[in-house]
Amino acid sequence: MSARSIRGVAAAALATTLALGAAACSTPSDGTGAAGPKDSAVVGIAYEPDSLSPLLGYGKDGNSKIFDGLLTHDADMKLEPALAAKLPEISDDGRTYTYTLRKGVEFSDGKPFTADDVVFTYRTILDAKTNNASKAELDAIRSVEKKDDHTVVFHLKYPYAPFAERTVLPIAPEHIAGKQDVNNGSFTTHPVGTGPYVLTRWSKGEKLTFKANPHYWGGAPEVKNFTMAIIKDDDVRATRLRSGDLDGAILPPNLAAAFKSAQDKKTYTAKTFDYRNVTLPSANPVTGAKAVRRALDLAVDRDAMVKGILNGAGKPAYGPVPTDSPWFAKGTERPHDLKQAERILDDAGWKKGPDGIRKKGGQRASFTLWYLSGDKLRQEHALAFASDAKKAGIEAKVESGTWEVIEPRMKHDAVLAGGGSPADPDFDQYLLLHSSLAGDGFNNMSRYRNEKIDRALVDARRTDDHDRRKAGYDTVQRALEKDPAYIFLTHIDHLYVVDDKWRVPGEKGLTTQVEPHDHGLASGPWWNVEDWQPKK
Amino acid sequence: MTGRRALLAVPVLLAVTFGVFAIAAASPFDPVKAYAGAAGLTASQENLDQIRHNLGVDQPLLARWWDWLTGALTGDLGDSASLRAPVSQVIGERLGWSVLLCALAFVVAVLLGTVLGVLAARWRGGMFDRTVTGAAYALEAAPPFWLGLLAVWLFALKLGVLPAGGLTDTGSSTATAGQIARHVLLPALVLAVSQLPWFVLYVRQGVGDALAEDPVRGARSRGLRERTVLLQHALRSGLLPVLTLIGSRVPELITGALLVETVFSWPGIAAATVQAATSVDFPLLAALTVLATAAVLVGNLLSDLLYGLADPRVAFDG
Repeated sequence: MSARSIRGVAAAALATTLALGAAACSTPSDGTGAAGPKDSAVVGIAYEPDSLSPLLGYGKDGNSKIFDGLLTHDADMKLEPALAAKLPEISDDGRTYTYTLRKGVEFSDGKPFTADDVVFTYRTILDAKTNNASKAELDAIRSVEKKDDHTVVFHLKYPYAPFAERTVLPIAPEHIAGKQDVNNGSFTTHPVGTGPYVLTRWSKGEKLTFKANPHYWGGAPEVKNFTMAIIKDDDVRATRLRSGDLDGAILPPNLAAAFKSAQDKKTYTAKTFDYRNVTLPSANPVTGAKAVRRALDLAVDRDAMVKGILNGAGKPAYGPVPTDSPWFAKGTERPHDLKQAERILDDAGWKKGPDGIRKKGGQRASFTLWYLSGDKLRQEHALAFASDAKKAGIEAKVESGTWEVIEPRMKHDAVLAGGGSPADPDFDQYLLLHSSLAGDGFNNMSRYRNEKIDRALVDARRTDDHDRRKAGYDTVQRALEKDPAYIFLTHIDHLYVVDDKWRVPGEKGLTTQVEPHDHGLASGPWWNVEDWQPKK
Repeated sequence: MTGRRALLAVPVLLAVTFGVFAIAAASPFDPVKAYAGAAGLTASQENLDQIRHNLGVDQPLLARWWDWLTGALTGDLGDSASLRAPVSQVIGERLGWSVLLCALAFVVAVLLGTVLGVLAARWRGGMFDRTVTGAAYALEAAPPFWLGLLAVWLFALKLGVLPAGGLTDTGSSTATAGQIARHVLLPALVLAVSQLPWFVLYVRQGVGDALAEDPVRGARSRGLRERTVLLQHALRSGLLPVLTLIGSRVPELITGALLVETVFSWPGIAAATVQAATSVDFPLLAALTVLATAAVLVGNLLSDLLYGLADPRVAFDG
């Protein structure tokens, strides 16, 4: 056959290919349902849980959509009953907590919820064979027992005032989770709980889809379908929000700013306990020197960091407690004061050398500061800290690495760390400061030892008298001013942009809680998605 | 031949799995840290040590490998620490999607590559040939994930005609065939395009050489039509190297799929592989490596068999 007909064959082949492509292109894109039904919500989040089993730590800070805890937090982070019928009765010595359970609650498979499920959940978490990395949070428990079908009693090893805060952790059904391997069984991916939503599908790395639990004891939610899309990249999340694929998303400050003028979207700023600080290892001759710590604490320009790094979405931090928390000790704010910092160093004998870096008895005022590679926010904090320190004559050599690289060096090198847990002041401060936890994993990374602080921390956790607790934490914060354990830099606001088509009863729009360091699944304006109603 | 090849595969697979365990053990990553995640940052050392014991990663390398091997032989692939599920379940849930993606991409790459290659060979040195060859060389150098990002930018962001990722629409909870078809299109095309250059260039070379060989010249001189010459004679011998290529492209296809799946959040085996590697998840990593190795071995076996069928001169047990 002639060349012409070969060309014909080729043309046909090409045309088919193009037609296939064109057909694909002309397929209507139904992903852009901005004006979609109001009973569905799709939100974009940056993190994915490893497991959905409360026994392995999922939802331990409360607010899981699939499960309920004995207690839960309201918008102001106050404890209120959930699976418990009321707040617990606490014995006078503070060592016995009695919970009366709500009656008539069912798991989403129709089986009743009883005291057995509560006892099973706590006992399993505390079992050494359970791979739960957060079980130390329940350290205070000596035993948990069922008194009758609707009463559970916790006995503590020592009086622990914030214990009730720990009982927000979700309750798992014994009749399902008790019959399989706790670490790898199907319950870890196909959870069944008492919560407002039922998981319909978890496509790992892609999304979690939920449908409303029509038999929820708190009333069936109006948002019937709820999807959490896992999108790690900030820019992709912003793009998919703009295209209408998402109804809401968490965004970094610079990307959230682009939605400020959008008519149909609202930006929510969640206050947090999420701090960034610099550890000051006591074994290092430079960061271990009290004068250096005090000087650094005064030399850092926190306001400039909030403005420059956070675009104003945050506030200066002087300790783990944010300045607007009722637990903050008023008057411990330290304004940026380079002159005073230099004076302290001069008085302590740290003299400036020819290169501008101070020296004392042959020891150069220089140390290494690590940050987690790939974390832009930590990088910027580390660089800003180093530049402020240099002005006072102290050199911080900034390096980046993964935790595997950083961890073996934590004893001698400083680390740009982060954390924060709003439920109780004990949670952050005890782990960060108590000398018994010096160098225990990632707790007390500075290996800080201060007897006065140790005593105040223990006093404050063993009493439930509010004034005595407040006095204890005031003592801690004032002691830190004189001998800083870490240089706290900022508390970071979390920003969310959400379509303006829902509201929460009694509010103009949606609400946010005070958030922890972790960007859990249930942070953000969707912390109470079960209460959302379509905007009229 | 098949039986002997299968026997040979045994030591290869053993060596590969042991290699995986040895390399992972030598890596600085700590499986317990990876397992605990953010909670590990506040966990007590005692707690972490207990998890280390529970996961069995405090055992010596040889013991861990032997445990895994004996378990695998009895059908128990162990539990994946990073995905908190039995390895067989992880693979079962994901393998199908990866096979779908790879098979589509492979078929498109082979068919399109052959068509383009034959046409380029027919008019060797011409305008079409130069364009196709040039493009093929350029594509050969382009990494699949870069092509993927480019495709997302063009089709999903600029034109807005195809979804940027996932298996189904974000808001939908069920996986319908139509949705999957729309979502598989972009990743499959990117994967196909990344494999295309090798097929185009090999076919072009093979058919071009065949056109200059004696049998073809003989056929021409006997007055056979050009089409018959090209399709019956030249293509037949020109496709022989392509058959070998099909087998040897399998590993490339697997690594390509790894990157493409990551770019498009395709819930295939690739995401699990990446996670297994970065969290030193021995059981999952070993099982996936065995799977990939087996795919390569089968690919090579297949191409040899095809070669034998296509060219009777090739003895099966030569």
